[in-house]
Amino acid sequence: MEAFISLFSQYNVPAAFLVNIELTLWSALFSTILGVILVMMRISPVSSLRAVAGAYVELFKNLPLTIIMVFMVLGAYAQLKLSFSDTFATNFFWLAVTGLSLYTAAFVCESLRSGINTVPLGQAEASRALGLSFMQSATQIILPQAFRGSVAPLGNTLIALLKNSTVAAAASVATETSSLMSEMIEYRSDVIVPIFLIFAFGYVILIIPIGMLTTYLSNKLAVRR
Amino acid sequence: MLRRAAAAICALACVFAVSACGADDADGKVRIGIKFDQPGLGFKKNGTYVGFDVDVAKYIAKKLGYSEDQIVWKEAPSKQREAMLQNGDVDFIVATYSITDERKKVVSFAGPYFVAGQDLLVRKDETSIKGPEDLNGKRLCSVTGSTSAVTVKEKFANEVQLMEQPGYAECATALFSGIVDAVTTDDIILAGLASASRGRLRVVGKPFTQEYYGVGIKKGDTQLATKINNAIADMIQDGSWKRAIADNTKGTSYTPNAKYNPPEPTEGEK
Amino acid sequence: MASNESAVLFDQPGPKGRKTIRIVNWVAGIVFAIVLVLILMRLHNPPDGENQLSWELWKPALDGEAWTDFYLPGLWATVRATILAVIGAVAFGLVFGIGRLLPSLIIRTVSGAIVEFARAVPVLLLMIFFWRWFAFAGLPSPAYWAVVLALVIYNGSVVAELVRSGVGNLPNGQREASLALGLTRTQSLMQIEVPQAIYAMLPAAVTQLVVVLKDTALGSIIMYTDLLQESRRLGSMYFNILQTLVVAAVVYFIACWLLSRLAEWLPERMQRHTAAPAEPEPVAPIAIMDPSNVNQIAVAKEGVPLGGAQRLYHVHHRGTNASIRHWRQTRYDQGYDETHPESQIKFDKNGRPLRENPFGDLRKEGKPKGDKPKGSK
Repeated sequence: MEAFISLFSQYNVPAAFLVNIELTLWSALFSTILGVILVMMRISPVSSLRAVAGAYVELFKNLPLTIIMVFMVLGAYAQLKLSFSDTFATNFFWLAVTGLSLYTAAFVCESLRSGINTVPLGQAEASRALGLSFMQSATQIILPQAFRGSVAPLGNTLIALLKNSTVAAAASVATETSSLMSEMIEYRSDVIVPIFLIFAFGYVILIIPIGMLTTYLSNKLAVRR
Repeated sequence: MLRRAAAAICALACVFAVSACGADDADGKVRIGIKFDQPGLGFKKNGTYVGFDVDVAKYIAKKLGYSEDQIVWKEAPSKQREAMLQNGDVDFIVATYSITDERKKVVSFAGPYFVAGQDLLVRKDETSIKGPEDLNGKRLCSVTGSTSAVTVKEKFANEVQLMEQPGYAECATALFSGIVDAVTTDDIILAGLASASRGRLRVVGKPFTQEYYGVGIKKGDTQLATKINNAIADMIQDGSWKRAIADNTKGTSYTPNAKYNPPEPTEGEK
Repeated sequence: MASNESAVLFDQPGPKGRKTIRIVNWVAGIVFAIVLVLILMRLHNPPDGENQLSWELWKPALDGEAWTDFYLPGLWATVRATILAVIGAVAFGLVFGIGRLLPSLIIRTVSGAIVEFARAVPVLLLMIFFWRWFAFAGLPSPAYWAVVLALVIYNGSVVAELVRSGVGNLPNGQREASLALGLTRTQSLMQIEVPQAIYAMLPAAVTQLVVVLKDTALGSIIMYTDLLQESRRLGSMYFNILQTLVVAAVVYFIACWLLSRLAEWLPERMQRHTAAPAEPEPVAPIAIMDPSNVNQIAVAKEGVPLGGAQRLYHVHHRGTNASIRHWRQTRYDQGYDETHPESQIKFDKNGRPLRENPFGDLRKEGKPKGDKPKGSK
């Protein structure tokens, strides 16, 4: 017990978790936007859009996140000069957000696609019969129902995103949890197990409510048919 | 059917578990820990290993009575060096291993065989950086978990921006592309990088700390320490020490800090 | 699949629509091509720095020495960790997945707690912890074992969920029959239900293999010399780290892509050994952890006869994480089980059976089949 208290007074653990939560929230926002665009491209009548979206999803689904994060720093920043800020810490934070968003968008797209699978054919047929165009029927009829049908996979994607935010260490974000844990183990190797338990339970505490909320929402929002 | 599958899986697991341990305790071999990932010090090339540390290790092994094909090279990453010595995974370690009091609590050292100093690596055309004091407002790269960047920030330039990368190659790539202005670590490592850069990077050449590189051995083995120290003294005397440095920093104008080099190997003999 | 979905959302376009689509098609194609060309031009001539497309940088990243000294040993390290981790994960998953289904409350609770914990902790934290811990404890090759153990724990928890839902997906009759034969609940679980669940979960386990393979790359953060780490190393010699990383990325992509194809091919072979549905879920690997939309996906996959309205009663509720406790109840409530034809009663709007005697013609059809033993002609 003393070990826990001394660790908490020595290191600012909540601040590290806050960095991960910030990473997660921003990436969730951007990956949702990108994921919706991708899924609309994938169901559109235009074949080149379908091909590009399909290739994007295949590519990012089959690449390790670590390599994407390394590419964000060494490729996007160092070579393509994609820069968000002159301050390194801020810049790497946003590069990590970009990497996480690009990666997660592929999974958001797949989740939404599984949600579209739950929308009955009749809905699309009816909207066509009413004379709605593709954009109208997609944005007003299909996607709203698809969102409600894909709450559960989206929730899982969010959980995976929160866990994946630790990989931001590979993009030089030095203030997040996995970096802090390495640092703490480096200097306090006598209490290595308590250090791990602090971080592990931090994630358990964060993730269990998300899981419960997901289950609740997916039951509440499911379209009754 | 299931039982057969389970048996096959177990057999497979055994194969992988054993191959991972790689127990090669064959007699008459010497196991030496080096770095595998530092050009100029210890690096894999054409299936063998090259670098200053490797040359020193080969020389010591020769003096201890082992031929080159009796050497088993083992990778000794920075964080695992003490554990490898304590477990007896290796006989000794030559891997940019600084002699510190902290480390001497768990392992012993022979040597030192080289005195390195923390220095800066910059682009060839960079003129504004002449020492660590000039780094205010500049961008500095170092590897994750090393204290060298913090030293610069605390002692010399408070307004320097730090970037951490997992390896020196990433730092050097960042230096090439202009997103950082300098890389910091021990000068001999930087010289190795500069040598591999085909003349596009240079070492500033004003080391501002001293790191005594020793040969890590099992704690309390004074006999081995004496033998290794004699070998190092011989190496310095017969000129192969100087040759090894020159060979491995080819293409740069690097010279080791003459005030401390070549060092007197007296460590670990008691 | 894409064409299937898309056909739903728009009519077969007329001449005007086709023209519009053609124009948009070309515009979009050209825009993407321009973006690609711009990126390549930027790489060819970055503001300050060197041409990233020059052969001088690509050659050392591609020649034979690079493969024999770096990529192939790295790939072997990756594959080695992947295979051992998958074997371990299956063992872990079987133990705790079955543990969550056993009658004993204590075993169930403990297994449940372990699985939920293992699912919530990020793999990278597990790896760092085991790595430092093993190093301090003096184990040989701590990085390798840390990678393997971290992956075993996380993916084992996923497999445990697969086992649980695999058992949940079995038709009721399997358990009822074994109980009727006098087996205990545990015997029925171990001898009848779990073996079938394993066949049913194999395709999903192969999909999980992709996740394991991708996650081994985290090992490079703890200095495990896998493919990613080796490619970084190769890049340190010639300062062509971007190029070596591209090669590594291509190797990862090909390996993962091949495994994904394998996961699609397996189900039909596995279906022979099990009464539970063995087809993979029509969603990304991440959805293996999916708590509760499985039944909705199942509904979506149900064919609609003659393209008409949705069925009133659906294929039985599949066991899922969220509501597995109630899956039998739900299935009973829904009153429809594909594997039990007698439950497929059609109702009218007021909830009354459409036919006077719904079981009548079932029995009539059933009889001659029953009389003739299978296999004798």
